[in-house]
Amino acid sequence: MADTVLEIKNLVKKFNEHIIINGLNLKVQEGEVIVILGPSGCGKSTLLRCINGLEEIQSGSIKVQGRETVGNKKNAVLLRQKIGMVFQSYDLFPHLSVLGNIMLSPVKVQKRKKDEVKKEALELLEKVGLSDKADSYPRQLSGGQKQRVAIVRALILHPEILLFDEVTAALDPEMVREVLDVILGLAKQRRTMLIVTHEMQFAKAVADRIVFMDESKIIEEGGAKEFFEHPRTERAKKFLNVFTFEDIR
Amino acid sequence: MDFVYIERVLPLYKRAAVLTVRLGIEGTLLAIVIGLFCALILYEKIPILRQFVMFYIELSRNTPLLVQLFFIYYGLPKTGIMLTPEICGVAGLAFLGGSYMAEAFRSGLESVEDIQRECAYSLGMNKVQIMRYVVLPQAVSTSIPAFLANIIFLLKETSVFSAISLMDLMFTAKDLIGLYYKTSESLVLLVVFYLMILLPVSIIGTVVERRMQYAGFGA
Repeated sequence: MADTVLEIKNLVKKFNEHIIINGLNLKVQEGEVIVILGPSGCGKSTLLRCINGLEEIQSGSIKVQGRETVGNKKNAVLLRQKIGMVFQSYDLFPHLSVLGNIMLSPVKVQKRKKDEVKKEALELLEKVGLSDKADSYPRQLSGGQKQRVAIVRALILHPEILLFDEVTAALDPEMVREVLDVILGLAKQRRTMLIVTHEMQFAKAVADRIVFMDESKIIEEGGAKEFFEHPRTERAKKFLNVFTFEDIR
Repeated sequence: MDFVYIERVLPLYKRAAVLTVRLGIEGTLLAIVIGLFCALILYEKIPILRQFVMFYIELSRNTPLLVQLFFIYYGLPKTGIMLTPEICGVAGLAFLGGSYMAEAFRSGLESVEDIQRECAYSLGMNKVQIMRYVVLPQAVSTSIPAFLANIIFLLKETSVFSAISLMDLMFTAKDLIGLYYKTSESLVLLVVFYLMILLPVSIIGTVVERRMQYAGFGA
């Protein structure tokens, strides 16, 4: 039995009176790749933001490696380094070069040695095919390149779990591919990942487990193959049908 | 034009220009420090201090520098605080400029998108690190044009220093006109000296602004 990296119990998130997440439970084992699917506004992205501490939650608990993240200011900074997050809009820091973006946090927050960090940064950049862009500035990169840099920027902190929030939603199809390939590579290395995406084919290929959300809670949960081929709930069937065009003609 | 006269009074103008520039720089630097503090207080929404800052900004922006200077120069001694005219001038300029700089800084800070802070936060940075490494560098470069405009504005405002008997350019010109009645020469010299001080700042401003546009931060 692998270790539990992330454990969420009875998570409730509200914006004022509006309930976004309603009593959600989720356990993530080490090395597991979970893809969260669901219609827009079902709380997928909010779930990731809660895990990362970007949103305050109203009740419930979020534990990373058995340690509570909620309401624990002292642990918060340390725990957030264990959670890497990549956002939809690939927000690199525009005033820093690619290397500057990647090295900022390891050097200033984790207080690691500059040489060592730089070496690792260059290695990681090579793995995502961007070794020639180390000294470029974000404005000189394409969307896909920026997103790959953002992934490296999260990886270099050696997170226990990576969160991807619709990382390809703002990219054109060819760039989607280059970013997804990087994520597939990470899955092969048995990295623990939570991925929110609308790319169904990708979800099928990368996920160990699918979590299907709608109306603020998990509707269905199961192995990727099983979910796509034999969804158990009507809601999931309806959701998946949207992506097949066979019955249109 | 009486060039002999011009040559004779030139050293007086030079001395006045040095004083104008020195007090202008001192006041502006102080204004930048005040502005940065005020902008951070507003941006971080620090309670109580925030109300003070908002009051200060309204007070400072809605009263003329001349009134502020009179208050400091003639008013403060009544409460037992005696300051030299130079300190009064610098203090007045800083008091006026602080609010303008605060607004310039604040709009720069607010132009940094939330997601930038969230990214930094998710990379494990604390509030101070986020401000120092991510928000401030971006905010400062966006505020630079507004900044330089404020500096020009403040340097021009130094011309009311003459009202508290500081021998700046304006004072010198008025004084010489009264003494020698060489109005045209004195005024031409006055304009020329102000231009010599302000034109370079303006030109730097234009260049910086254009470079900022080309560099085009952002995604």
